[in-house]
Amino acid sequence: MPTLANYLIASGLLFAIGLGGVLLRRSIIIIFMSLEMMLSAANLSLIAFSRFGLVSGQQNYDPQVLVFFIITVAAAEVAVGLAIIVSLYRARRTTHVEDLDHLKF
Amino acid sequence: MLLSAFWFFATLMIAFGTCVVLLRNPVSCAMSLVMSFVSLAALFFTLDAPFIGIIQVLVYAGAVMVLFLFIIMLLDLRTEKSRTLNIGATAGGVLVVAAFLCILIRIVTSTSAFSLPIPPQHDPQISDVRMIGMTIFHSFGLPFEVLGVLLLVATVGVVVLSRKTLR
Repeated sequence: MPTLANYLIASGLLFAIGLGGVLLRRSIIIIFMSLEMMLSAANLSLIAFSRFGLVSGQQNYDPQVLVFFIITVAAAEVAVGLAIIVSLYRARRTTHVEDLDHLKF
Repeated sequence: MLLSAFWFFATLMIAFGTCVVLLRNPVSCAMSLVMSFVSLAALFFTLDAPFIGIIQVLVYAGAVMVLFLFIIMLLDLRTEKSRTLNIGATAGGVLVVAAFLCILIRIVTSTSAFSLPIPPQHDPQISDVRMIGMTIFHSFGLPFEVLGVLLLVATVGVVVLSRKTLR
């Protein structure tokens, strides 16, 4: 049987890959995809805790509801983020983050 | 059985996740992310959370990734131009990720509470969807309603952002 440590390390690895993508990639779309990956990694650890932390002999359903809310908020966030990327591309003709330095101090 | 399923899907998820970061073509990245999300949904099934697994496939692997692919094709993104890699930033990024993993592994191996197998449930036949519905509408009614307002605001925001001329 898999243990809680297995799930936490799988979730941490996915989170680390997403973090690496955010820090290393230069295309804003790929950075956004990596952000989604980090959100999903957090969901995996929440569901793992929901299954391993029993409440009166049954799995705890509060974390599952939280994950449901997170997925909904993430969908709204993706819609708004992609709209921002499209209008950014219209204005600047690029999605490369090193060309988008107008707010740099 | 459960253990082999866990290892199979966890490996698949991590492998496709690595592809997202390493591949150059944005369309291949998006496809790898779809596969990674589907494997993640399978992991949710091994944790007895079929409702969340189905929502993951429908919302993430379906709607969100179609939106991503749509934008990639709309903007006609080519393969990312390989520019001179900033050595300092790359080393810093790898260092941060390695430090995070080291801390996580130290914490997870520090106590034996994390290495217990999945505890058996009192009544495994109980319906997952029913229990989530009960939890949402008994304890989280107001957040659920607020979520509807959030989706409405996001829709209006997207419409405003996508207009040709921003005032």
